[in-house]
Amino acid sequence: MVAPVTTSAGGGAAKAAAPGRGPTRGNVLAWLVVVPFLAYVGTFLVYPTILVLAGAFQDSDGAFTLSNLTDLMKGVYLQAFWRSIELSAITALLGAVFGALLSWAVATGNPVGLLRRVVVAGAGVLAQFGGVPLAFAFLATVGFQGFVTKFLQDSFGINLFSGGAWIFELPGLTLVYTFFQIPLMVIVFLPALDGLRPQWREATESLGGSSWTYWRYVGGPILFSPFLGAVLLLFANAFSAYATAAALVSQGSPIVPLQIRGFLTGEVLLGQENLGKALGLGMVIVVGVAMGIYALLQRRVSKWQ
Amino acid sequence: MTPTPVLRLLGVGALAIALAACGAPPAKESSSSGTAAATAKSAADFGGIDKLVEAAKKEGTLNVIALPPDWANYGVMIKAFSDKYGIKVDSAQPDGSSADEIKAAEQLKGGDRAPDVFDLGLNVAVANKAIFAPYQVETWGDIPAELKESSGLYYGDYGGFMSIGYDAGKVPAPTKVEDLLKPEYAGKVALNGDPTQAGAAYSGVVMAALGSGGSADDIAPGVEFFKKLKAAGNFLPVDPSPATIESGQTPVVIDWDYTNAAQTAKLTGKLDWKVVVPSDAQIGAYYNQAINKDAPHPAAARLWQEYLYSDEGQNTYLQGLSRPVRLDAMTKSGKADAAATAKLPKTEGKQVFQTQEQADKAKQVLTATWAQAVG
Repeated sequence: MVAPVTTSAGGGAAKAAAPGRGPTRGNVLAWLVVVPFLAYVGTFLVYPTILVLAGAFQDSDGAFTLSNLTDLMKGVYLQAFWRSIELSAITALLGAVFGALLSWAVATGNPVGLLRRVVVAGAGVLAQFGGVPLAFAFLATVGFQGFVTKFLQDSFGINLFSGGAWIFELPGLTLVYTFFQIPLMVIVFLPALDGLRPQWREATESLGGSSWTYWRYVGGPILFSPFLGAVLLLFANAFSAYATAAALVSQGSPIVPLQIRGFLTGEVLLGQENLGKALGLGMVIVVGVAMGIYALLQRRVSKWQ
Repeated sequence: MTPTPVLRLLGVGALAIALAACGAPPAKESSSSGTAAATAKSAADFGGIDKLVEAAKKEGTLNVIALPPDWANYGVMIKAFSDKYGIKVDSAQPDGSSADEIKAAEQLKGGDRAPDVFDLGLNVAVANKAIFAPYQVETWGDIPAELKESSGLYYGDYGGFMSIGYDAGKVPAPTKVEDLLKPEYAGKVALNGDPTQAGAAYSGVVMAALGSGGSADDIAPGVEFFKKLKAAGNFLPVDPSPATIESGQTPVVIDWDYTNAAQTAKLTGKLDWKVVVPSDAQIGAYYNQAINKDAPHPAAARLWQEYLYSDEGQNTYLQGLSRPVRLDAMTKSGKADAAATAKLPKTEGKQVFQTQEQADKAKQVLTATWAQAVG
């Protein structure tokens, strides 16, 4: 076994300026060059986040209130959160399992072969395939008037929608989300599989271990952290996805991002923007927890790479 | 590393770009008559209609928002106004909601792209009085008192009744709301939007309530109706549009009679789209017109208002099969387009218009129950 090498924190960071001296010319310039980046991040990430956090604690007149947060714990919104979490967890697991199998097929194949090139390129494109094009693709194939739906109906008498309009509800969202979760899993999990060195397998075999022993004592434990980390990343990816669901689901706003859409564009219930911001705060917390665990796992993973 | 002048320039340049990107919106051009036009409460304040036309022509542009061309004949209306006065009409976000209109006014305030005029559901109009400018059109006297805010902040422009549009080639003709529960309508009945968000869909639920034992005060039976519709497998949770109707995805659509009737006209020869206002459930509502207090083109905004409420504008609404607010007065004076009036979907019997209190109560019920009913 290889002993893990501990690296000091920030080992790769640039050398800090010598203490006790005023700002050097290089230092000022460095700051100057980083200003556009900070301005960009501040304008598009930090500022909106602060707006959402502040708005969550205000009523429509701008006074401090906790009622938005207590409303979050009420029926419709709490259910939306559970449904969102359920949808994200299921698609993350499905995506992780199928994506891992696909990655494994690629990793054990020819490193410069056609399969690998096609899958890696395809995954890069399909992981970003979402929103209206994705929703339309599914409606055109397995929608009510879809090509596949019609074909099954006409050729085999199979009615895809005998159980109701599932494509426009959570089952439909699950199917469609899994479609972009699998390629994302390939992208994040393939490097971990590539990190398994053939020498470890050879060492296991020369010491009399079977395939099972190898996966049980070597491969499995090493891949466990990156796998779990990838699941969390997929969870956050699905949890925060909006465009696909918005294009597909127009009734009932089953998940949180769609609830927020309702507060922003609705013309029936007015003055609920701050409740929307409270929902946003709830989403930030859920994703924050997932990403926090992911960061912890990454720290363990990096030892092996 | 030693910083070179080039690098330093790059840094400063990037900084300048970043600052420019966060710059202020362009200041609005001030027209000489701007202040006077912005406070004018009637054409008389301009010194008569001719002077108003003159001031509007000088501005040369009108910004409208959320007016779909196939909704209440707005496509024709915009073109006719533009041709008549030589004023360019910028139509933004044709598929926007009433809430989107108000948001645009807030976000673009002070710029020259802000909307000049609004076309709003009553709900949104009542909630946003603060951003309207009071203005009374020449034909103010013809507008029924219950459909106007007394100072002229907002008033009804056109209205209609909730209806069931259906493809007569695919489904039998429904006469009552309850008919839609029959097996012939399996997977075919769509509602125009989510009733907790879209005004038309909200009125669709009220219609269902009236047709299944509820009332304007009690819309719970309406939610119950859609729950039953879903359980029967008839409810189709697709947002209907002219495209879904034409492609046959949404053979039955619950929507305003004027939008359904517009499809009838548009699809003539392609499919037989018929419209019925269920006799046991006639819920009507008017949209409202208002002028943006901070309109970048205050005179053009007021001229648009005058045009909409002129005989010509009102007949344009009528030809789009909506019911213009001056319909009664114009029918009496013989100014209404008789051929268009004859084409309006028939309504007889008890007609219901919700009051603001009834609507507020209904919305509470919807928020609490809708998602569960169809989720």
